[in-house]
Amino acid sequence: MHLSPDEVIFWQYGFFKLNATIVFTWGIMFVLAVGSKLITRNLSTELQRSRWQNLLEIIVTAIEKQIKEVGLCHPRPYLSFLGTLFLFVATASLCTIIPGYEPPTGSLSTTAALALCVFVAVPLFGILDQGMGGYLKSYLEPTVIMLPFNIISELSRTLALAVRLFGNMMSGAMIIGILLTITPFIFPVVMTLLGLLTGMVQAYIFSILAAVYIAAAMRTRKPHTKPEPKN
Amino acid sequence: MLIDWFTVGAQALNFLILVWLMKRFLYKPILHAIDEREKRIAATLKDADEKQAEAQKERDAFQQKNAAFDQQREALFSQASIDAKAEGQRLLDAARKAADALGTQRLETLRNDAHNLNQAISRQTQQEVFAIVRKALADLASTSLEERLGEVFIRRLQALESPAKAGLAAALTAAAEPVLVRSAFDLPAAQCALIQQTLNETFSATIKVRFETRPEVISGIELAANGWKIAWSIADYMAELEKSVGKLIKDQLKPEDKPENKEASEVVE
Repeated sequence: MHLSPDEVIFWQYGFFKLNATIVFTWGIMFVLAVGSKLITRNLSTELQRSRWQNLLEIIVTAIEKQIKEVGLCHPRPYLSFLGTLFLFVATASLCTIIPGYEPPTGSLSTTAALALCVFVAVPLFGILDQGMGGYLKSYLEPTVIMLPFNIISELSRTLALAVRLFGNMMSGAMIIGILLTITPFIFPVVMTLLGLLTGMVQAYIFSILAAVYIAAAMRTRKPHTKPEPKN
Repeated sequence: MLIDWFTVGAQALNFLILVWLMKRFLYKPILHAIDEREKRIAATLKDADEKQAEAQKERDAFQQKNAAFDQQREALFSQASIDAKAEGQRLLDAARKAADALGTQRLETLRNDAHNLNQAISRQTQQEVFAIVRKALADLASTSLEERLGEVFIRRLQALESPAKAGLAAALTAAAEPVLVRSAFDLPAAQCALIQQTLNETFSATIKVRFETRPEVISGIELAANGWKIAWSIADYMAELEKSVGKLIKDQLKPEDKPENKEASEVVE
């Protein structure tokens, strides 16, 4: 019994290692990329289109709509980042139904990496939107006294993101593992179903929180120019 | 240690690669397809709107034309009605006139016929009367009608009143040409001589006389000289007879005229 897929190491050379987290991540990346490539190979711009294209369009437009609802009126620039966050975490959770699979999101290293990406992306989008000075000034809002609190908030929310996802995914995997030893039949199946649900919820929460942080970074300078959309 | 920093870095890199891959293979093509479709739908809708607007415009134009056409048709129809009425009235008037003319013509023809009939009757009557009188006189006095006429004429000459006699005498004597004595038949030489003699005696002068036979005098003798005339003939009686016969015919014709007129009026209607 191991707590994280990081502990399953297939190959190691000094500092470099190939553990289950990285391998399963590559697997997910491969499935997502190849699947997208295959479906988008023959895209139709007509009213008639394939079921797979329809599915992808629904997913993409739903993500776009969600981002818009969070407060980012023009979601296209953030779609790649936020959408990929959601799709990666969701796919990692969905694949738990495959026997022998361990979700890479059940590793704190992965969640920390994702949280770090958000941690970097938030100021990056903020700076791209309002410039370096404008973004840094937002740390002094509403007063200079708030600067340390703002910095602590940035760090803590990144930590919270990483730990929340890790905790949920790891606990799900752990509960199933423990239950398998106690009641090998039926109950783990129910828990797996519940795990799928919590995995989807976590994916939603993670990407929505990232979107909210980015939106907050956008709105600090222009509170009135970009009102939240009503729908 | 729960966090393996190499794995963190590798996962961060993996995630960034995945972001790029998804952007390349998923979001970009899908969004492009959606945009293209939206553009196409927008174009289609715009086209439909334009077509609808055009159709609306054409419908309006058509309605306007229809209204104008209706108005024109109404105007033409009313004009045609007026024209037809006028033409009908004109034809009616023409027919009435033609009927009137026909009626008048028929009446005229009828009158002519009556006149001709009158003349024929009077001519026939005269001849009959002559024949009867001639026969009667011949039977009664064994004298010819002509002789009797000559006698009556002579007697009338002799019985002339003074003023007339004086006027006639003046005319006879003043006449450069011989006095004309016209009769419907050839007078016998004895009669001619008697008339000559009577004239000479009556007017106490030698009067030149020229005898002439004229059938229209109708069994009579007349003497004309320089505007004066003395005559006796059956024609006078005949004129009286003709007048009375004519009146009789006229009275008989009148009731017949009325139905004809009625017929003529029916044609007019």
